Amino acid sequence: MEITQILFWFLSVLAVFGALMMVTSKNPVYSVLWLIVVFFAISGHYILLNAQFLAIVNIIVYAGAIMVLFLFVIMLMNLNAETEPQKNKWLKIAGVVAGCSLMLVFVAALRQSDELLKAPVSMGGETGLIKTLGKTLFTDYVLPFEISSVLFLSAMVGAVVIGKKGD
Amino acid sequence: MLELFFLQSNPASTVAKAVNDSSNYFPIGIQILFAVGFVAVMMVLTHLLGPKRPTAQKLENFESGIEIHGNARQPMAVKYFLVAILFVLFDVEVIFFYPYAVNFKELGWSGFVAVLMFVGFFLCGFYYIIKKGALTWED
Amino acid sequence: MWSLSNIAANIDQWLNANMSPTWALIVEMVIAGVAVIGLFAALGLVLVIMERKVSAWIQIRLGPNRVGPKGMLQSLADTLKLLVKEGMTPGGADKLLFNVAPFVAMIVAMLLLAPIAFAKDFQLWDLNIGVLYISAVSSISVISILMAGWASNNKYSLLGAMRSGAQIVSYELSAGLAVLAIVVLTGSLRISDIIQAQENGWWLFKGHIPVIIAFIIFIIAVTAETNRAPFDLAEAESELTAGFHTEYSGMKFALFFLAEYVNVFIVCAIGATLFLGGWMPFHIGNWHAFNGVMDWIPSSVWFFGKTFFLIFVIMWFRWTFPRLRIDQLLNLEWKYLLPISMFNLLLVTLIAIMGWHF
Repeated sequence: MEITQILFWFLSVLAVFGALMMVTSKNPVYSVLWLIVVFFAISGHYILLNAQFLAIVNIIVYAGAIMVLFLFVIMLMNLNAETEPQKNKWLKIAGVVAGCSLMLVFVAALRQSDELLKAPVSMGGETGLIKTLGKTLFTDYVLPFEISSVLFLSAMVGAVVIGKKGD
Repeated sequence: MLELFFLQSNPASTVAKAVNDSSNYFPIGIQILFAVGFVAVMMVLTHLLGPKRPTAQKLENFESGIEIHGNARQPMAVKYFLVAILFVLFDVEVIFFYPYAVNFKELGWSGFVAVLMFVGFFLCGFYYIIKKGALTWED
Repeated sequence: MWSLSNIAANIDQWLNANMSPTWALIVEMVIAGVAVIGLFAALGLVLVIMERKVSAWIQIRLGPNRVGPKGMLQSLADTLKLLVKEGMTPGGADKLLFNVAPFVAMIVAMLLLAPIAFAKDFQLWDLNIGVLYISAVSSISVISILMAGWASNNKYSLLGAMRSGAQIVSYELSAGLAVLAIVVLTGSLRISDIIQAQENGWWLFKGHIPVIIAFIIFIIAVTAETNRAPFDLAEAESELTAGFHTEYSGMKFALFFLAEYVNVFIVCAIGATLFLGGWMPFHIGNWHAFNGVMDWIPSSVWFFGKTFFLIFVIMWFRWTFPRLRIDQLLNLEWKYLLPISMFNLLLVTLIAIMGWHF
């Protein structure tokens, strides 16, 4: 096996294992920390595909910012075993059914796509470099870029409305 | 594909040219291994060298010498949540600057205007946050 | 020539002459890893004694003066003492996370050390997105603090961790914007490119007032990010005992302590690299004789001199400014530093587009 292949399998196993641990952990803090492990594994995949900017941004935004937000929220509520709301048994079953259906859809969609299997995965190349990405973002995708700032504006308003509720 | 990774900006090493390759990221793994190894050795060493005489009182959580009242994991002020969520939003804005900063010479004025508009929207949100008093700690 | 890059090149040649390339590579990796750990330990020892000596000097007292000549071996003695202390985990704590948190703190500090250029042509890992990598890895450090604070199951720890988390994430924004000012002027994220761009003058002198503003904001922000006084309310002794590491003792505490000091070194090294030219000697225009004398000083001396000067400035802050309250701290960032650094960045971009810098 080539070294990239070994790394690919290692990172894939790590990602899947982390995701499973995230779902099965009883403690929400553990779940968040396992999710961070998953994000690191995915960043490793991005690096294998030479999408360096995406890899780093994945770490900054997801592992460094959004997961910190999650940790904050969990620590804000600090649910202890006795105060934790009891989950409905039927809700759990419904969740399992919904998850399985989504999995089925994914598997079916992936089995259908022959061209996806035929196309060789390109390792390397210049597409994922920050220079190329920036050029595309600020020439071809300027409009979505500007619209995303409106999205951020609405997110800010929403956060303030939720956070300042009650006074 | 494994070339020399040691001292990359060294003109004597052959790898200095291939900085855009993903194999360039190999040292990060080595560095993590060494960091984990170092901390693990330290932890094991201190466990071997140090005494182990745990008593119930010693293992109590520190609370300035008085008896422990309840659990430490109590609900916190919502202000921390606001700071964190605003951080996420502004962090994404800072991230968007990086691809611009690398390319701004080629993009010229049109790119600058795009960034100005982007920052303008953010400043509108920022003005709203300040006006609403979301960041004033005491109500 | 006894420069660091020559020594490294000689080792490289000797290894490649005597072994197969794979083995030479492995040996080099081991050497690099051991060197980084050695640097880590040395930095910890030096910075702790420096902190104590500087604070003693500012307060007109002697400081540690018993162990070794002028007390210089004090931090070594302290390390040995911490090593033989009982490494206990409090009963109410989450055992796993409590012990994993120091690992995360150390891994982050060690990963940050990799892309720093210590001397001319002497850099462990010259990454093409070096600056972005540094801001990414340093954003992870807050997780170790939150982990330690939450796992301790101590009121002081949890409150300290929450404060520290809010503080670190807030100041990360203006630190990032200050760094971006230099990225805009250089047009590259690679550390070696940024240093090369300062060959004819450091950015602090070349970049007009906006770069000076960015530098001041950077120093304030990194002081806050490393939880140092006057922004040390995460471990404000008078109200929170020791903040997030209240429950840590022995070597586990020492690892947090070490990571903190190495982080101070790293942010100062990054500040020296971005704004003060890294290992570039100080040059003045056409004064060839003066420039020649400056070139004669080894590049590693320049780098460490600048870095330790910035460390000294940060230590000086500690004994000059009183500690802020959490609301004052967040006000300073969100109402002043963030808007100022954002406008400043736009101004720098304008200057760079118009070509007004030297």
